[in-house]
Amino acid sequence: MKTLLVAECRQGRPADATAELFGFARTLGAEVSVAYIGNPDDLPRFDGLVYFADVRDSGEYDPDVHKRLLLQAVEAGRPDAVVFMHSSWGWDLAPRVAAALKAAQVTEVTGVVGEGYIVDSCNGKMRRTVRPLTTTVVLTLQPGAFPALQPGGAPEIHLLRAEHGSNVEFIRYEPPPADGVDLTRAEVIVSAGRGVGSREHVELVKALAEALGGEVGASRPAVDAGWLEHSRQVGTTGQTVSPALYVACGISGAVQHLAGMKGAAFVLAVNTDRDAPIGEVADLFVVADLRQFLPALTAKLKR
Amino acid sequence: MKILVCVKQVPDLESRFVPNAAGTWFEEAGLAFRMNDYDEFAVEEAVRIKEQLGGAPEVTVLSIGPGRVVETVRKAMAMGCDHGVHVMDQDAADRDPWQIAAMIAGFAGPRRFDLIFTGMQSIDRGSGQVGLLTAERLGIACVTTVVGFSLEGRRATAERELEGGARGVVGFGLPALVTCQLGLNTPRYPTLPGIMKSKKREIECLSPDEAGLEAPLTMVSGFAPQVRMGSGTVLEGDAVELAAQVVALLNEKTAVLRRGGAQ
Ligand SMILES: Cc1cc2nc3c(=O)[nH]c(=O)nc-3n(C[C@H](O)[C@H](O)[C@H](O)COP(=O)(O)OP(=O)(O)OC[C@H]3O[C@@H](n4cnc5c(N)ncnc54)[C@H](O)[C@@H]3O)c2cc1C
Ligand SMILES: Nc1ncnc2c1ncn2[C@@H]1O[C@H](COP(=O)(O)O)[C@@H](O)[C@H]1O
Repeated sequence: MKTLLVAECRQGRPADATAELFGFARTLGAEVSVAYIGNPDDLPRFDGLVYFADVRDSGEYDPDVHKRLLLQAVEAGRPDAVVFMHSSWGWDLAPRVAAALKAAQVTEVTGVVGEGYIVDSCNGKMRRTVRPLTTTVVLTLQPGAFPALQPGGAPEIHLLRAEHGSNVEFIRYEPPPADGVDLTRAEVIVSAGRGVGSREHVELVKALAEALGGEVGASRPAVDAGWLEHSRQVGTTGQTVSPALYVACGISGAVQHLAGMKGAAFVLAVNTDRDAPIGEVADLFVVADLRQFLPALTAKLKR
Repeated sequence: MKILVCVKQVPDLESRFVPNAAGTWFEEAGLAFRMNDYDEFAVEEAVRIKEQLGGAPEVTVLSIGPGRVVETVRKAMAMGCDHGVHVMDQDAADRDPWQIAAMIAGFAGPRRFDLIFTGMQSIDRGSGQVGLLTAERLGIACVTTVVGFSLEGRRATAERELEGGARGVVGFGLPALVTCQLGLNTPRYPTLPGIMKSKKREIECLSPDEAGLEAPLTMVSGFAPQVRMGSGTVLEGDAVELAAQVVALLNEKTAVLRRGGAQ
């Protein structure tokens, strides 16, 4: 199997997750080439072919320009699989390449069995095995699903030339809102999820956090609902935390949330749904309605 | 101006899922279905644009699926969409993203929509491909994971959400397709008059072939409950007793209660 690993670069910085692409190829025992639209100083180090375009010429991420560059690499290398990380860059670009090649795409792969790729479905409760019916397949990999690997070596370079012209114009980046709370150093975090149900019940979460001497965190929907500020959001689009204790209240455990709190030393989950995927990472899973359980726990702690 | 919104009906994810006999998807019996979360943002955004432009744009909502999805089309109409279209596809759950996109593009192509809104992903299968594949087939601009959108004449500006909460701002001309992310807006609840009105409206019904069904590019060879790695303790019962057990376990397994947070 020949793989073309597509390495991401944003604002001149290559993504760390590129190592997981190498880990995936190693898991498959696949032959590796890499497509890299980035800085000449940061070429991926391995013994193989790099299809390279200089970002100073191609410009910051432009879906049309990047798609055409990758199609050049595919044309030259004829890989069996074109592999991206499932990031805001990868999930945007992969289907464009798949559509141009009329190739099957499997999104957010977590494992491989025979000819099939394993993906999560129903918020991680179920898993599906998907088999491509086309000779070339386009894949995106779930972050964290494959080991990170830095092969080392000196690549051979195949230069790609950017063709300019696009129907989407990049204007600028906006940094994340800086409204203050740093959860990365907190020893204890008690997070509110959608299951908290209302602003009024967020108080139960705050009271528990206070009794534990910790900070309040939140899942995405709790922030979107305006219950808590963005700087308290945990997950891929929020903060990555590693407290000694993480209490997930009414949080189902979607991958994007888990990505931000998997590093916690001890996870206590409070959820009415016994099958909620948060169970995957919970050291202690309390199947209960948080409206009854949180006040009881807070009272017990204060005693 | 003509706007299309694509909505998928999905099961409530707090349900328990049982694989079907073929082992390709879940058994539907006993499940409750509703509009995909991300598609609610798509409907809301389309209706807002219509309102901003004084009601001039015509908003069409399309859903592909078995008879039950008509309910979701009606909900979108109750939220403010003008026309409902149902591609009656008994086998929609077995279609891959390529096939769904083929039907949407087949429907949309000749009707020349200026703007198409989809969700960024469906929460049950979550391929995140349908919007992009549709746009690529139609040869129109596509911007994904959008948390901010504005329109001035035929020029749009959108904010894409990136990792860590950063945003990428992009500009593009119409026609275009936008995939909506959490945080773009707060979807409205349908009003009672809206619901009553939507019940009387006709919904155009197409067959998959009329819409432009094509052969699949993938097949499903397995569907099963996730293999649980979690080896944690599960506790159930009376809240007060649970609280005592949890405090005891936190004392035993962590040092946090000794650090002075709780007295
Ligand atoms: C690109 C992208 C980035 C994202 N980034 C993030 C991110 O950074 N952080 C993040 O959190 N999410 C993120 N998300 C969203 C993520 O996919 C999930 O939608 C989200 O994490 C779900 O939040 P939740 O668990 O609070 O809500 P839900 O999934 O709705 O879960 C609610 C839970 O509460 C339980 N519950 C309900 N009532 C009660 C009760 N009375 N007592 C106890 N339990 C109850 C339910 O059983 C359920 O498990 C992102 C999504 C995308 C697509
Ligand atoms: N059966 C369907 N009918 C209408 N729109 C759909 C359907 N399936 C997917 N979509 C649209 O495509 C988006 C992405 O879906 P997916 O690629 O399955 O993650 C959804 O949010 C919907 O807007």
